[in-house]
Amino acid sequence: MSPTRTDAIGALGRTDEAAADIRSAAAPRPHGRRRGQRSRHWAAFAFLAPLIAYLTAFYAYPLYRNIELSVHDYTPRAFVQGNPRFVGLDNYLDIFTNDTFVQALRNTAVFTLGSIALQYALGLALAVFFHRNFRLAGVLRAMFLVPWLLPLIVSASTWSWMLNSENGIVNAALQAFGIGQINWLTSPDTSLLAVTIANIWLGVPFNLVILYAGLQNIPKDLYEAAGLDGATPWQQFWRVTVPLLRPVSAITLLLGLIYTLKVVDIIWIMTTGGPADASTTLAVWSYREAFGSGQPDFSPAAAVGNLLILIALVAGLAYVRLQRREDHR
Amino acid sequence: MTTHRPWWKTVLGIALTALMLFPVYWMFNVSLTRTRDMRADPPHWFPWDPTIEGYTAALDQQLPALATSLFIGLGTVVLTLLIGLPAGYSLAKLHPPGARTIDFLLLVAQMIPAVVMAMGFYAIYIRLGILNTVWGLIIADSTVAVPFAVLLFRAFIAGIPGDLSAAAQIDGAGNWRTFRSVILPLSRNSIITVALFAFLWAWSDFIFASTLSRNSDAIPITLGIFRYIGNNTTQWNSIMATAVIASIPAAFLLVLAQRFVAAGVTAGAVKD
Repeated sequence: MSPTRTDAIGALGRTDEAAADIRSAAAPRPHGRRRGQRSRHWAAFAFLAPLIAYLTAFYAYPLYRNIELSVHDYTPRAFVQGNPRFVGLDNYLDIFTNDTFVQALRNTAVFTLGSIALQYALGLALAVFFHRNFRLAGVLRAMFLVPWLLPLIVSASTWSWMLNSENGIVNAALQAFGIGQINWLTSPDTSLLAVTIANIWLGVPFNLVILYAGLQNIPKDLYEAAGLDGATPWQQFWRVTVPLLRPVSAITLLLGLIYTLKVVDIIWIMTTGGPADASTTLAVWSYREAFGSGQPDFSPAAAVGNLLILIALVAGLAYVRLQRREDHR
Repeated sequence: MTTHRPWWKTVLGIALTALMLFPVYWMFNVSLTRTRDMRADPPHWFPWDPTIEGYTAALDQQLPALATSLFIGLGTVVLTLLIGLPAGYSLAKLHPPGARTIDFLLLVAQMIPAVVMAMGFYAIYIRLGILNTVWGLIIADSTVAVPFAVLLFRAFIAGIPGDLSAAAQIDGAGNWRTFRSVILPLSRNSIITVALFAFLWAWSDFIFASTLSRNSDAIPITLGIFRYIGNNTTQWNSIMATAVIASIPAAFLLVLAQRFVAAGVTAGAVKD
């Protein structure tokens, strides 16, 4: 990178002075300038056009189709023939009165809040730990990224086998402490806990990396000053680190919230949302209705999906507002 | 601060890393365990008597799926770069009207759950007849990477000094030449970051694969593993061996491209 870049800057830098001369000579002609601006608008649009076409075709249109699905009664046959019955908001009313709804909402709250709270706490503790430089810190920190980089199917199937009731390593280890067999994935009491644990493991690296980057932006001399004033490391953490990390923390938590709301794969692979609905979140419910069985039921699935978007949007608007506020600082 | 580096922190750090990476070790361990030792009680903590039967079975059965995933990953990278680079250039340097709206749309786009996109794509693909094709999956997988790519390129290209493109234009270069001869060569690092992530996300995708290509002849590796678990709960060594093979791109990324990874994770989330 560095040689290429400096070469280019060096080579072009020389023509730059000449360029400035020509520009100042040309500037007083308003007519030419306006034409330049208009052609620049065209160029700007031309370069942006693929993205706009892409967003329209592959974001807006699928979303529109999804809304359409949710206000019709799509049977598998109507799907192919394209003549579904319009039912208005019936699908939405159906899901609100469905027994699964309350359970899924509760599970979503437990899964999401439990995940992001512990991911954040562990990520922050590790970030602070790695921030004090020690031998091998860089290598070890890099190793911590592994869970985040692995394909989800890999981590989910590994966790499934580790949590296996009879042959899993987790139960074998617990047995050494005299704790009897726990049916992690097959008991309604523990399946939500099991997928939450796996999800926390997956999310810690992301929190660690972002919070570590945030810590590095806190000026070192603040800690030195606090140290000179006699603040203990504990006090330094609460009086310097926590307040100065607040914006980064807020963004980390919000991103975590948005990502965790969408999670389907880890739960689906480990428990398929079961047993019964014990680990079914809203996203898993939507997936199960549409793709989980031989009988696809797209219309209620789309309604649940749209509800999920609504929840994510509320969180997202909070995120955008937060960013704006940071921008104005 | 202080320059002395206490050893106990390194020891603690190694212990924490070992704890964190235990599942990864366990995947390796199980992948080398013989089938008849699989249900040993207590489980073998180390494959004293390793076997490669898991790996031969995995390669035997999953090689086509690996090839499919490779193709889908590369296709996703190409599509993502083709859309993301010009858009990033336009937003960073050419000040198009409505840039703020695009920004907002890209942020919103990242919040849409994949399951919702999958249903929309399913409804569209079934009409177009591209359900169960790799092309359909490439398009769907790229929707994860494109918003990220545009925002990253935009931030990166905005950091390229304006003098450079101004100078090129005085030398007679149009916007296209400027883009090709000045912006693209200077964006090499951000292109690598985006390409790596686009590939990894497409390679790891499960939701689109399990919805848009579940009746396909050419299934990607994630779906291959999932079916493996469903059909075959006795041969966990083969399942874990496939998982190890499927993790190779991640390992590659970690060893050879770690700084690009860190740049990608923090991009957009932290500003200095």
